[in-house]
Amino acid sequence: MDVFLIQLLTGLAGASSLFLVAAGLTVIFGVTRVVNFSHGSLFMLGAYLAWSILTRLPPDPAWYALGVAGAALATAGIGVLLEIGLLRRIYRAPELFQLLATFGVVLVVQDLTLLIWGPGDLTLPRPPWLRAFVPIADAMFPRYDLILIVIGPLVLAALWLLFTRTRWGTLVRAATEDRDMVAALGVDQRLLFTLVFGLGAGLAGLGGALALPDGSANLQMDLSVITQAFVVVVVGGMGSLPGAWLAALLIALLESFGVLLLPRATLVLMFVVMAAVLAVRPHGLLGRPQAPARESGQSFALIRPASAPLRALALILLVAAIAAPFVAGPFLLSVLTEALIAMLFAASLHVMMGPGGMASFGHAAWFGIGAYVAAAAAKGLLAPMPVGLLLAPLLAGVLALAFGWFVVRLSGIYFAMLTLAFAQILWAAASQSDATGGDNGILGVWPDAWAQDPRVFYAVALVLCAGGALALRRVLFSPFGFALRAARDAAPRAEAIGLNPPALRMAAAALAGAAAGLAGAVGAYFNGSVFPTTMSLGRSVDALVMVLLGGVQTMAGPVVGALVYTGLYDVLIRFTDLWRLVLGLVIIALVLAFPQGIAGAAQRFERDAAT
Amino acid sequence: MPLTRRAILAGAAALGTPALAAAQGAPIRIGEINSYTAIPAFTLPYRNGWQLALEQLNAMGGVLGRKLEVISRDDAGKPQDAVRIAGELLDGERVDLLAGGYLSNVGLAISDYALHRKRLYVAGEPLTDALVWEQGNRTCFRLRPSTYMQAAMLVEDAAKLPAKRWVSVAPNYEYGTSAVKWFKQLLAERRPDVQFVAEQWPALGRIDAGATVAALEAARPEAIFNVTFGPDLTNFVRQGNTRGLFEGRSVVSVLTGEPEYLEPLGEETPPGWLVTGYPVNSVTDPANTAFIQAYKARFNETPKMGSVVGYALIFSIVAGILKAGGTGTEALCDALPGATFATPFGQVTWRAIDHQSTLGTYVGRTALANGQGTMVDWRYVDGASVMPSDAFVRRLRPA
Repeated sequence: MDVFLIQLLTGLAGASSLFLVAAGLTVIFGVTRVVNFSHGSLFMLGAYLAWSILTRLPPDPAWYALGVAGAALATAGIGVLLEIGLLRRIYRAPELFQLLATFGVVLVVQDLTLLIWGPGDLTLPRPPWLRAFVPIADAMFPRYDLILIVIGPLVLAALWLLFTRTRWGTLVRAATEDRDMVAALGVDQRLLFTLVFGLGAGLAGLGGALALPDGSANLQMDLSVITQAFVVVVVGGMGSLPGAWLAALLIALLESFGVLLLPRATLVLMFVVMAAVLAVRPHGLLGRPQAPARESGQSFALIRPASAPLRALALILLVAAIAAPFVAGPFLLSVLTEALIAMLFAASLHVMMGPGGMASFGHAAWFGIGAYVAAAAAKGLLAPMPVGLLLAPLLAGVLALAFGWFVVRLSGIYFAMLTLAFAQILWAAASQSDATGGDNGILGVWPDAWAQDPRVFYAVALVLCAGGALALRRVLFSPFGFALRAARDAAPRAEAIGLNPPALRMAAAALAGAAAGLAGAVGAYFNGSVFPTTMSLGRSVDALVMVLLGGVQTMAGPVVGALVYTGLYDVLIRFTDLWRLVLGLVIIALVLAFPQGIAGAAQRFERDAAT
Repeated sequence: MPLTRRAILAGAAALGTPALAAAQGAPIRIGEINSYTAIPAFTLPYRNGWQLALEQLNAMGGVLGRKLEVISRDDAGKPQDAVRIAGELLDGERVDLLAGGYLSNVGLAISDYALHRKRLYVAGEPLTDALVWEQGNRTCFRLRPSTYMQAAMLVEDAAKLPAKRWVSVAPNYEYGTSAVKWFKQLLAERRPDVQFVAEQWPALGRIDAGATVAALEAARPEAIFNVTFGPDLTNFVRQGNTRGLFEGRSVVSVLTGEPEYLEPLGEETPPGWLVTGYPVNSVTDPANTAFIQAYKARFNETPKMGSVVGYALIFSIVAGILKAGGTGTEALCDALPGATFATPFGQVTWRAIDHQSTLGTYVGRTALANGQGTMVDWRYVDGASVMPSDAFVRRLRPA
């Protein structure tokens, strides 16, 4: 029994830490609808700032509390600057576009933190009062954990009072419900949003600062905390503070008892919980269906085939791509091959995000399935490459169809997070299974002898990837594509004219899955190896960044985005150690300059020029 | 031929190149790949290490009268990027050979690619046994003591402990699982009476330290085998200290004595852990001292384990180039097995049987001195002394 009591208390302490990070994220999302990917970076900055402050203060509790508050305030200040300098300018951009901006912030903060604080992990020397324990059930339980157990509910209570008992909180809640109405009543929304973002950032900083005594400030903490925070927020229901607390409690307790009962499940437990909760409650524990966002009634501009000049440009590019093997060296060809793979991968995600209206945070799952199927065909069946290239999209498509059947009911961020959970579970399975070679992956997946020449393989990739992307474009201009967009823009009306939106979405998911699977298979033969990282969160984020960078609401968007992103990455990584800083700044600049994405901006420019 | 400065000078003189004069001919280009942005705590000291080696060699007139160059790239911790960068280095930068790597899967990816392209790859850091055994190949060589070797070094002393009830805690990925597998297996061979009563597998970088420590405590072990490192280790040690997990228990811990992992523990370093590492503050032999002084003079800080790996990596490659008399892949792959080179840890040889170097590491106990963790009672364990039998290696390694 004793160990259960200890795990219970440990879980409660963990829940408080989780809640602090998740609370900030959920507050920001609830009000501004920004999916703040940089929340982990703010958490990390909170820890580093706390280290800088606390190592200069006397080691007693009062100064400690003051130092932690200082770090939280400083992080809140950074959040305010971020909102004013960046996010405020792009609230009117399409949904999820802010995610791209915050991704740029993540990159910039990673390099800046390294430059300011150096590469080593920084630890806070713990004075005796922080190291003290309390004897509970024959065990030594950290007193600091008891303090954390209390802090979580205290912060929840304070936030609850703030949002329900103050005029400011009432306005914020009103803005959450209907921001246009609030604006019409003469409330300065901009100030409201800035303060809310600052509050959320401050909570992240508080979480980072309070985590410091139990560990270190290190450069990996931003990414390790962000997925956890998202899971908690989604399980609780986006925007719901009590929900976030409940979810933090559920996940922390499951993890602390999971350690006891299923120690090998640490990679997936959280995601299995999230999938289970969303299957039963599609809007999280205490969430409500997402209020029709501010763009209610907004209809997307009809996507039309590109104008004659743009088509000519595309044709020139295609001719250049076909001519490439005759002029380019092997290195340039490998860069181009990689770009082609990225292009099809991005185009497949675009089918889901754009016309399908289903943003996915786990699109790498299909890419990875394709890659593993190709590897299995090559190494297990000893089949020639065309077999692998055929099986991969087939299997990925079938699995995507089956997955689609489970999730088409979900919408928006909940759908996105369920795809993430699915991808993470697959990733963990691939990492831990002997059949997939575990973390060491499958090696020696090289193309058949006839395709080993980089020029030949490039031609294969060009036919499959450019051909695949063009085929997707063709499908989206077919009646199916129009029906899909009808289902996205006005599901009830689509049903009224006899369309079947869930079936359409499932078909789109299968199509996107098959195309991503094909990209994955080409990638597997190109790299000669497959690793669990092919379906990691990072890979999914790459796809999102490419689509958003190019523009969701254009056909050329994903292609342009893929070329720009891989091109920038390839150039920067060769010329500077600070490639993350530069890439992040370029992304932020592009976000500010082209809130419709690069291709979207080009389209608008052309339209303006015509009128 | 053992590689010493004198040998290099002799080699340079033999070729009629005036020593210390500007190197003649096209430079020798080494294409180097590592996870500089993903794991800076290890890779930045590592970069300092190879830079120092490069500067020393070039100041002495280069190698074979040619200047030595390293073209370095960041793989961002992704194996698929590493492969593409390897291609870029070979085709775009025209490097003579590939080197580097930190993560095991990055190392394996580069190794397979190099084999495919029939080029030499010298892995510095990746620890996985597969690199020289199950997936070993003709063109791949690995410098650092592998997971097996680290476990085998610790087992010698671990077997002498009275403890019979053991628990393990290791990160939930290949390095953690294979370290635990070897340690259990090798310990059981020497001590059939020990049993492992619990194991913990925290996700890398996301350890739930309090719960993990409580779960280990609940198993009432007599000894603990730890494989966690970096931020996870700091969290684990802090929770373990507060909750008294380490009191009256033996702890055996891989890599914990390396400065990059020991320094963050600071005054919380638990004394008496049996660890592998690098006692940089107490080694006094000439090779180590010369390296440490040169490193301090150049970078104004003490070297870390990564610095030694980076430094030795360059000399391990140069040994092959000198023996081969050139940089052709076939000549290098023939020359490296049996080639000997000097490192801060002493003379090291490339094994012919599996292309693993005999570089060893230090085994000792942790201690606290002036609020900082340090290693005491240490000894250097030569890598050659902990290798399994040749028959064992041949069974694992494809012909």
